[in-house]
Amino acid sequence: MIAIVDYGMGNLRSVLKAFETVGADARVTSKSSDILNAGAVVLPGVGAFRDCMKNLDRLNLIDSVKKSVAGGKPFLGICLGLQVLFGQSEEFGAVEGLNLVPGKVLRFSPENPLAGEPNLKVPHMGWNQVKIQKTSPLFEDVPDESYFYFVHSYYVRPDDPKIAVATTSYGKEFVSGIEYDNVHAFQFHPEKSQKLGLQMLRAFSRLN
Amino acid sequence: MLANRVIPCLDVKDGRVVKGVNFVNLRDAGDPVEIAEAYDREGADELTFLDITASHENRKTILDVVAKTAEKVFMPLTVGGGVRVLEDIRNLLKAGADKVAINTAAVGRPEFVREAAERFGSQCIVVAVDAKQAQDAAAATGVDLEWRDRHPEQFISLEDDLPVWEVYTHGGRKPMGIHVVRWAQLMESYGAGEILLTSMDRDGTKQGYDNRLNRAIADAVGIPLVASGGAGTLKHLYEAIDEGRANAVLAASIFHFKEFTIRETKEYLRSRGAPVRL
Repeated sequence: MIAIVDYGMGNLRSVLKAFETVGADARVTSKSSDILNAGAVVLPGVGAFRDCMKNLDRLNLIDSVKKSVAGGKPFLGICLGLQVLFGQSEEFGAVEGLNLVPGKVLRFSPENPLAGEPNLKVPHMGWNQVKIQKTSPLFEDVPDESYFYFVHSYYVRPDDPKIAVATTSYGKEFVSGIEYDNVHAFQFHPEKSQKLGLQMLRAFSRLN
Repeated sequence: MLANRVIPCLDVKDGRVVKGVNFVNLRDAGDPVEIAEAYDREGADELTFLDITASHENRKTILDVVAKTAEKVFMPLTVGGGVRVLEDIRNLLKAGADKVAINTAAVGRPEFVREAAERFGSQCIVVAVDAKQAQDAAAATGVDLEWRDRHPEQFISLEDDLPVWEVYTHGGRKPMGIHVVRWAQLMESYGAGEILLTSMDRDGTKQGYDNRLNRAIADAVGIPLVASGGAGTLKHLYEAIDEGRANAVLAASIFHFKEFTIRETKEYLRSRGAPVRL
């Protein structure tokens, strides 16, 4: 069973429906025991980093999420679920994250776009291309530079560039996917990215 | 590179899709879930549902439409119309909407947008603005004196440069005398994540988007702009991106009545040099 962590934010129903569509056994839960017993864990999310951490803490889920990651079961972070893996965010001052991945979460600045691109609108909202930097089981049959759906104002900068499996260009080149050991986490939303997104979720469910 | 989005808009009344021409004379164009699936197959970038259900009892029908749609299509879904309290937003997001568009309630109490953005995140709060050009400040017909006392700087004044556009609420029926550009900036500062801008002068005319209006807003705010109202040809969509600097173009009838497919639209935009997802 894949546990989709419910911390009171984010479009959980879409994530659940997407997994169901690819034939996976998934469940939305805010119970530590479900997360600890699951074969795989998904941390979805949209919204604010601070609220995400506050809710995970209030529901006593920080420990079970950390244990899932440490225990080696397939873990998928989506959008905010990628960002909170990091140490801290500059959103609303310095807010502590799960501190599982060394690095920072930074805000897009509308200034200094790449040559030829108009001034940046923030949030980065819409379909953008994902450049595959490393082979990943989740990118099997996903062509390089395919479009995925993004909606975010912050991006991650891991200290170790080797964990980046994907990058995307928006004013600058930023890391749009990381992978190390059992952790797979993406800035874009596979559950909103039509066929290719579903394909990635199917691939993730098969890691289980 | 970030693609310009092409967004079909479905006006939904009592669970069925209709399309207004200048906000009156509705024509029935079918079942929303079926249409959403067709647009999904064609490669639409997002879908927008505008709920124009009049009676309060039938308002729950939109939740059902959203829930059924979100089970079938895996693309971003925006829902607007009749969003008044935080509970409305929560229900729509829970049903499967990704973004919620607020119009009349934002004007009624701008702090509602701030509260919504704080609670659910800016990324899902769209402020929908219905704009109509005013001949001059004296012609701006806003009448809400209480509102005027609370936000005097938001009103069109004789010192404003022309052209000047006025905010309307209540489905385009009520002129507010509010300056559209300053209003969009206020909404951005309150946490709106996107502006959905409809030109009432062009809506239903097929004469093209009001790109002076689009450009005025695009240059004034740092959040994405969705242009709406007036699409009749593919060239119009390109002009909204090129001249209007819109990040996304929204249209209804040209897609609903199969004048153009989404694919044709995107191939055309790409041929003109606008980045799109094909």
